Amino acid sequence: MSRISRLPSSLLRTAACTGVAALALTACGSGSGSGTANAGSGSVKVGLITKTDTNPFFVKMKEGAEKAAEENGVELSTAAGKFDGDNAGQVTAIENMVAAGVKGILITPSDSKAIVPAIEKAKAKGVLVIALDTPTEPESAVDALFATDNVKAGELIGEYAKAAMKGKPAKIATLDLAPGVSVGVQRHNGFLKGFGIEEGDPSVVCSQDTGGDQAKGQTAMENCLQKSPDINVVYTINEPAALGAYTALKAKGREKDVLIVSVDGGCTGTEAVKDGKISATSQQYPLKMAAEGVKAVATYAKDGKKASGYTDTGVTLITDKAQDGVTSKDTAYGLENCWG
Amino acid sequence: MTATSTPYAELKAPTTIRRLLTQPTTGPLAALLLACVFFSVSTDQFLTGGNFSLIVQQVMVVGTLAIGQTLIILTAGIDLSCGAVMAFGSIMIAKMAAEGSLPPLAAIALGLVVCGGFGLLNGALVQKIPLPPFIVTLGMLNVAFALTHIYSEEQTVTNLPGPLTALGQTFPLGKTDITYGSLVTIALFLAFAYALSSTSWGRHVYALGNSPEAARLNGIRTSRLTIGVYTVAGLLYGVAALLLISRTGVGDPQAGQTDNLDSITAVVLGGTSLFGGRGSVLGTFIGVLIVGVFRNGLQLMGVASIYQTLITGVLVILAVTVDQISRKKAR
Repeated sequence: MSRISRLPSSLLRTAACTGVAALALTACGSGSGSGTANAGSGSVKVGLITKTDTNPFFVKMKEGAEKAAEENGVELSTAAGKFDGDNAGQVTAIENMVAAGVKGILITPSDSKAIVPAIEKAKAKGVLVIALDTPTEPESAVDALFATDNVKAGELIGEYAKAAMKGKPAKIATLDLAPGVSVGVQRHNGFLKGFGIEEGDPSVVCSQDTGGDQAKGQTAMENCLQKSPDINVVYTINEPAALGAYTALKAKGREKDVLIVSVDGGCTGTEAVKDGKISATSQQYPLKMAAEGVKAVATYAKDGKKASGYTDTGVTLITDKAQDGVTSKDTAYGLENCWG
Repeated sequence: MTATSTPYAELKAPTTIRRLLTQPTTGPLAALLLACVFFSVSTDQFLTGGNFSLIVQQVMVVGTLAIGQTLIILTAGIDLSCGAVMAFGSIMIAKMAAEGSLPPLAAIALGLVVCGGFGLLNGALVQKIPLPPFIVTLGMLNVAFALTHIYSEEQTVTNLPGPLTALGQTFPLGKTDITYGSLVTIALFLAFAYALSSTSWGRHVYALGNSPEAARLNGIRTSRLTIGVYTVAGLLYGVAALLLISRTGVGDPQAGQTDNLDSITAVVLGGTSLFGGRGSVLGTFIGVLIVGVFRNGLQLMGVASIYQTLITGVLVILAVTVDQISRKKAR
């Protein structure tokens, strides 16, 4: 919510500048120098490049980075692709940030492989590059990675689902992300591992891609129910997909007797866990990823020490129906730490 | 033309200046120069040779698409499939050369032919059935998009052989590094500017856009001309595909998804009328640069990318408004 209340003033300011920029650029020239806070050329610059500008996960990431930039006395500039998968847009953003003289770039790669040449060029110019949330391929293409362990996130809800079924035979639907996207594959595989089954196990009766979208999640669930009406466990890549599945199950009057588990820990999703629509979710912490990233760049600027390797930013199982033998926190904790 | 009511006439300016002021590219050029002045004053890094070279590199792919788009829009058509056709061409070239058995140059040639084939098909459907360009190219957008994803199996193609990325390499010019691809793009713009303004083919394209019926009655073979324009545009998308691969160093099945709209944006910002028959490819070059300069300049200032989208939107509406007003005056 805070981002919405924050929007008008900055929007107005920029809209004013836009109008001026478009119509009478020379008039804006004198005012803009003082209008932008980043006039001081001596300060350390940090760039944050997300997959999109609009996904709440990345909005939260940006908030975390802004706050950390203030605390560490560095200057943040942000950019994003136009859509999830916009590699060319991210390449352009990297180039422009390097031209702007950033000390470090934090990036959530849209395409783990395709972004690598651009990252290498930036690194060759002495820029520290850190991947957030999504690793590059190879992972060593960046200096460091700050991310959730997505396999672990899947494992937690897999273990939870197994315990909650209490030995009943499971008929599982998996509502996945998209082919070839590492985050989705890792969560999916983690879930199967946590549930104690392998890919191709007969208890998985339906698998569909959702793109992490609520409407597509609903369609996917409707189709799965058409195929196998007796589904009793639903794994979803994220909470929007889970809520779509819930809507489809509710239409069939099945919402009470099907276990839905998910990953992400967004505030809407955590509310849905509290309301009992989703049984459990694995919560991750985008704010922390960004904050750690900004801090690492500030450190690099100060004493030249480069962050390296993988830093797990943690994941927590959130549910109000705790199961024996599975560590979890309740939704009160979840809502305090949720994002979006 | 009611000379007394136009503001320019009151200036009593010499004819050359008056002509300059009513040129469709004058407005866009002024906007571009003002933007450059603004960003030069606002940031230390904007006004450098390296940065200008960077901007041209960044716009060369959309720029090359936009040449084809300009040709089609001049005939009062539109092409929504250009980005998707380019993506298919690029994944084809990359895969054939990196994983298939084709030598790189043959893969490039094949990519050009395939993209040209898409253009030919677009043109034939628009002309022979006939179908509205909007619908034909919307369908082709989906066809090319799907083929890209089927053919690539959603996988990014890496480890490209050298000749595929040659155009992305740089050579030094003074203290600035210039990309070979930038030169190709600029050469294409100049070649098509010449072809449109100084050849009978170019005059026929304008005539076709102004009134297909009048063009036909004047002995122009409009059917062949239309199909030709779409085919040439397709070939240009093939060149754009090669530029894209050379720039990013990979074959990316997700590429080009907003390039159709970006190319139309460039055409409109460059003063070419969406109703056909008026405009120029040099205007389109200016339009492409306007977008590139704003994106680069705002990033240098530390402004988030969403505002670049906002500004581009405002500029497009302004550009179309100017086009409409000048059309009314011309009537």
